[in-house]
Amino acid sequence: MKGLAPVVIVIIVMATVPLLGVSNVTLNFLIVALMTALAGQGWNVLGGYGGQYSFGHAAFFGTGAYVTAVLQVRYSVNAWLAFCLGIAGGALVGAIVGGMTFRSGLRGSYFALVTLAFAEVLRISASVAPITGAGVGTLVKLDLHVAALQFQTRAAFYWMILALVAIALIVTRLIERSRFGVWLIAVRENEDAATALGVNATAIKLTAMVISGAITAAAGCFYVQYFLFIDAGLAYGSWISIEALLTPIVGGVGTVFGPLLGALVVRGLGEGAQMVTGGEAPGLDLVVYGCVLVLIIWFTPRGLIGGLAQLRGRLMRPVSIAKAGHG
Amino acid sequence: VALSSNSVEPVLSPSLLIAAIVNGLLTGAVYALVALGLTLIYGVLHVINFAHGTLLTAAMFAAYFAYRALGIDPYLAAFLLAPTFFAIGYALQRFVIGPASHGEDRNMLLVTLGLAVIIENALLFAFRADTRTIDLPYAFSGIDLEFAFLPLPRLIGFGAVFVVAAALWLIMTATDTGRAIRAVAKEKLGAELAGIDVAHIYAMTFGLGTACVAIAACLLIPSYYVNPSAGNAFVLVAFTIVVLGGMGSIPGALVGGLVIGVVESLTSLFFGESLGQIGIFVLFIIMLLVRPSGLFGARA
Repeated sequence: MKGLAPVVIVIIVMATVPLLGVSNVTLNFLIVALMTALAGQGWNVLGGYGGQYSFGHAAFFGTGAYVTAVLQVRYSVNAWLAFCLGIAGGALVGAIVGGMTFRSGLRGSYFALVTLAFAEVLRISASVAPITGAGVGTLVKLDLHVAALQFQTRAAFYWMILALVAIALIVTRLIERSRFGVWLIAVRENEDAATALGVNATAIKLTAMVISGAITAAAGCFYVQYFLFIDAGLAYGSWISIEALLTPIVGGVGTVFGPLLGALVVRGLGEGAQMVTGGEAPGLDLVVYGCVLVLIIWFTPRGLIGGLAQLRGRLMRPVSIAKAGHG
Repeated sequence: VALSSNSVEPVLSPSLLIAAIVNGLLTGAVYALVALGLTLIYGVLHVINFAHGTLLTAAMFAAYFAYRALGIDPYLAAFLLAPTFFAIGYALQRFVIGPASHGEDRNMLLVTLGLAVIIENALLFAFRADTRTIDLPYAFSGIDLEFAFLPLPRLIGFGAVFVVAAALWLIMTATDTGRAIRAVAKEKLGAELAGIDVAHIYAMTFGLGTACVAIAACLLIPSYYVNPSAGNAFVLVAFTIVVLGGMGSIPGALVGGLVIGVVESLTSLFFGESLGQIGIFVLFIIMLLVRPSGLFGARA
């Protein structure tokens, strides 16, 4: 598979990071960044390739997180199985929300708002339902064994999230090169034209949403295993919906590596801004973060990957002209 | 048995029901005010303005300090803050949001999101997370209807919403700017071909929407609190109202606001305080699925 070579190289390079003796602080930063990247990769399948901008990916993240936590704590289900069921839960929510919205033909801002509303309904429900621990949240018991999907070292958690990101990268790459991917992009570019050519746009979008929901749910499942706690605000809060759409858009929508690059940059910016302000001035770091965000959108409207491609194009052009001159 | 029937009965008694509806209408008017600004921007630019809530917060801080530091009554401050925030909104759209988004909807949404992060955290940096309130001398006077007490600030707010809506209606129907705004909302390219400066009209719309938020802030501050995230609570509800009433529709925002206020109040009455907002979102989802163009919008 020639198309998978860049993915394999990136993953192998990243997998060596814990072997370089980096500090736990750095590893923790990378783990959270990779988790954000995973949530963004889910968003990217639907939003980037399918053009359906969701504002409520917290619905998937939170469902994955709650299914993983509640099954372990209340029903003593094995953590590995709970993790898989959490992903399935995200896919199911994707099928339900997608089935309702795409069937009634909601697009654009309407689709964005309806996803946002679904996430809010889930957030409020989770904050009062007894099964989720209501306002108190759910605490997963500390049990540092592989059987409980908890690890002694941060490096192990790092490899776990990296493996999940790798799977998502491969899935995205395969989608991009498949007939389904071509249909999905056709729907993004012009849904009416695609339908006229015989593409079942509703089914395509629904499939993309199920895959998207499953990937973002995996990030939620990982969140629970790593932090061992979840409540309604963390699971279904708007923070994760925003990060899930921000990372691919900053990195490059509809590109395989966009969410990964975007997550590292966005998370890095947050950390950098906090370091500059020394954590002494609440809010100031996020002001810096917001400013840089606006500037990135202002000057690289197609995301960082688009910007890099443009830069490369600019650097390459004089060379080719010079060559032509010689010839 | 007698005890349980007693505890059920008050919930269903007509006076409690009426009190809940009246309260819902008063709250709904406040929602409608915030939604008025949003519906204008959403209706013309067709973009979700993420900065709406933080601009509301900023205006609430302005009204707060106008009263605390300068002793200006919030209702008078509205006449000062509305033009100030109009200018701020105009400048933001003309010089930041417009150029930064390169005419793409998704970028516009992200820039407003970035602005929201900047404004909210600048307020947090300047004023910390403290919650502040003002005590107007007449805050606790009002009308007692036996089954419900109607505080004066909320009654003034209720009346002012209709005045603001009427003023907006006049601007939209009787002025050249209003006609241009409606033209751009309907057919951007056609308006541009007819010689309308679309960038200017976008900025005017954004300015008007932000001025609405400033007035809403002045009406809110006597009976509400302010902290750096105070405005966020209104935004999701305002989006619901905008969709319910139809994008860009002023009467739609008014009726939608009142309906949402009553729905929230009744949901709280029957299902408990914490579930009050669920009623709003369930109504929202049903509305989007059944009639996305809203009560007052033209069918798409």
